[in-house]
Amino acid sequence: MNTKILSKAFRARAGILAGGVALGALLVGSALAEPALIYDAAGKNDKSFNEMAWNGAEMYAAANNLPYSDLEIQTDAQREQALRRFARSGASPIVVPGFTWAEPVSVVAQEFPDTNFAIIDAVVDLPNVRSVLFKEQEGSYLVGALAALKSETGTIGFVTAFDFPLLQAFGCGYVQGAKAANADIEVLQNFIGTGFEAFGDINTAGEIGRSQVERGADVIFAAAGGAGEGALQAAADAGVYGIGVDSNQNYLFPGNMLTSMVKRVDIAVLNAFQDELDGNFTAGVQVLGLAEGGVSAAMDEYNAPLITAEMQAVLDDFIAKINSGEIVVHDYRSDNSCPVS
Amino acid sequence: MNFFSDVILMLDSSIRLAVPILLACLAGLYSERSGIVDIGLEGKMLGAAFAAAAIAAVTGSAWLGLLAAIFVSSGMAMIHAIASINMRGNQIISGVALNFLALGATVFVGHSWFKRGGSTPNLGTDARFSPIELPFAEQLGGIPIVGEIYEQLISGHNLIVYVAFLAVPVTAWVLFRTRFGLRLRAVGENPTALDTAGISVTKLRYQALIIGGILCGLAGAYLSTGQGASFSDNMTAGRGFIALAALIFAKWRPVPALWTCLLFGVLSAAQIRLQGVEFPLIGEVPVQAIQALPYILTVVLLAGFIGRSVAPKAVGQPYIKER
Repeated sequence: MNTKILSKAFRARAGILAGGVALGALLVGSALAEPALIYDAAGKNDKSFNEMAWNGAEMYAAANNLPYSDLEIQTDAQREQALRRFARSGASPIVVPGFTWAEPVSVVAQEFPDTNFAIIDAVVDLPNVRSVLFKEQEGSYLVGALAALKSETGTIGFVTAFDFPLLQAFGCGYVQGAKAANADIEVLQNFIGTGFEAFGDINTAGEIGRSQVERGADVIFAAAGGAGEGALQAAADAGVYGIGVDSNQNYLFPGNMLTSMVKRVDIAVLNAFQDELDGNFTAGVQVLGLAEGGVSAAMDEYNAPLITAEMQAVLDDFIAKINSGEIVVHDYRSDNSCPVS
Repeated sequence: MNFFSDVILMLDSSIRLAVPILLACLAGLYSERSGIVDIGLEGKMLGAAFAAAAIAAVTGSAWLGLLAAIFVSSGMAMIHAIASINMRGNQIISGVALNFLALGATVFVGHSWFKRGGSTPNLGTDARFSPIELPFAEQLGGIPIVGEIYEQLISGHNLIVYVAFLAVPVTAWVLFRTRFGLRLRAVGENPTALDTAGISVTKLRYQALIIGGILCGLAGAYLSTGQGASFSDNMTAGRGFIALAALIFAKWRPVPALWTCLLFGVLSAAQIRLQGVEFPLIGEVPVQAIQALPYILTVVLLAGFIGRSVAPKAVGQPYIKER
C-alpha cells in the first residue's frame, strides 16, 4: 500500500522530473496485481462492443505474456458487487466498457481510492478513474461521406435507437460528412423508440429501414445496437446498402454492407492495461478520435468491391484534413445541437 | 413519388406492424372469453420469437422454427393453465411470472447456445417466411388504384400475415356460430351454469389456452422469422401489452379487435413517416411528441368513442366445483 502511495507521489511529479518516470514505473510494477475487465450486460461474445473489449485484453495478454481477469455479469445488481470484489482482491486497473457502468463505478471508485478504474463511453469525475470517450462524430463523418458518394438517389438514411446525445452525435457527424461530400444530399433520420428498450426492437428498426428505402434512401447507417441489424437487414433485402456500427459488421450481409463505423474499444482497454503496467496510468477524460486510431470506417475483403478508387481518394482526403485540424467535425454533445440536418 | 402510392406504402407498413398485435389480441380473446386473464401474452410471444429464430437458425427451416414457436408458446400457456385452472392460483401473478421467465430465459439460453449476447444469428432467405406474390398481382398492378392496391397492399406479405387476417373471421365464426364458441362464451360468464349442464369447465379453459398459445406462437414466429430475421433481447418491446389494451378497447370481440389493431398499425407507421417532417404553421415537432402520437391518439379515439367495455364476468376467478 505504501509503495503505491509513494509511486503516486512520484508519478505526480513525473511531468516535472523526467527522471522520475522510470523510478515511478519501477515502483508501480512491484506493487501491481492483475488488471481486470468486467463486461457490460450483453456479455463477452456479443460480436460487438464487449467482444472488442475482450480483444483488447487479449492483445495485452499476448504482448506482455501476462494474465488478466475478466467477468461477465448476469444482472445489474452484480455491477457494484463485481467491482468491489475485484478491487478488494487487488486488481488494478479495473476496466468497464459501457455507460451503464457510470453509477456503480462512481460509488466503488470512492471506496477504493488506491485502485485505478477505467470506464468507456461515460465520464466519472474522480481522481482514480479514467474516462475514455470516442469522437463518434469523426467516424460517422467518414461513413457519411462514403454514403453520400455511393448514393445514386441523392437520399440516404440514418436509424438510431432514441433521442440521446451520444446517439445524436453519430447522426450529426454522419450528416456533416454526407453534406461535405455532396451538398445536395438529403438525409432521412429516424428514431426507433423512446428509451433503452429500443436497442432490442429489431422489428421497428426493420420497418423504419423499409420506410426509408421506400422514401428513396439507398444507403442506411444503423447506429442502434442490436436493433440496428433490423435496418441493415431491410437494406439488404431491398438490395441497397447498410452501414454498421461499433464493431466491424461488414461480414453481416456481404455485398450490401458499405462499411462500418468502428469504435476501437479494444485500443481503450489495451491502453488502460498497458499504461498501468508501464506506470503511466492517468485519470481524467481521454478522448480517442480519428487521429488516435479510436474511430474509423472499416475496410475489409467484404466491402472492398463496393469502394471505388475515387471514393477511397475522397475518404483519404477527409481523413488527412480531420487529422490536420483543417476539418473540425461538430460534436452534438458539446452544445446539444447540430448545425446541419 | 405521388401521394397515392405514398399512402399505399404507409398502409402496407401498417399491416406489417399490426399483425403481431392482432395475433396476440386474438390469443387473449380466447383466453379471456374462457375466464382466464392472460397478461402473459408478451412473454409467450417473446418465448416463441426466440424458439422460432433459434430453431430456424440451427435447422435452416422456417417451418421447423414455427413449430418450435408454437410448441414453446403452448407449453408456456400450459404452465399458466396449471397454475390458474388446476392450482387455482392468481392469474395475474402467473402471467407476470411467465413474462419474467421469458425475458430471462430467452437471453440465458440464447447466450449459452449462440454466444452472441442473447441474440440469434441472422437468418438466410430459406430460414424465414418470404413474401408471397398473390396470383395475377403483376398483371393487375397496371390497373390504376384497384390494381395498385391489390399488387402492393394485399399481395406480397408473408404467410403469417394472411393467417392472421384469416384468423379474424374464423374466430368470429367459432365464437358466435359454433357449439364450442357458445360454451366458451358461457364459461367466461357463468362457469357454474356450464358445469351444471355437465360440461367440463377445466377442459374448455385448457382448450382456450392452447388456442391462445398457438396464436402467440404465430405472433412470435412472425416477429423473428417473418418481419424480422433474428431474435434480439426483449424484441417484443411491449407489443403483448398493447394487444391486451386492444382487446379491452375491442370489448373482447374479434372484428373490432381487427380494427383496433389496424388503427394502432396505421398510427405507428404514420409516426415513422412524420419524424422530422416540417408541418405547416407548427414547423418541426419534437420527435418525442411524434413518437407518443400512436399512444395519445389511441387513447383519445378509443376512450372517446368506445363507450363502456365490460369484461367477461367470470374472468380472473378460479372455478371451484361445488360438492
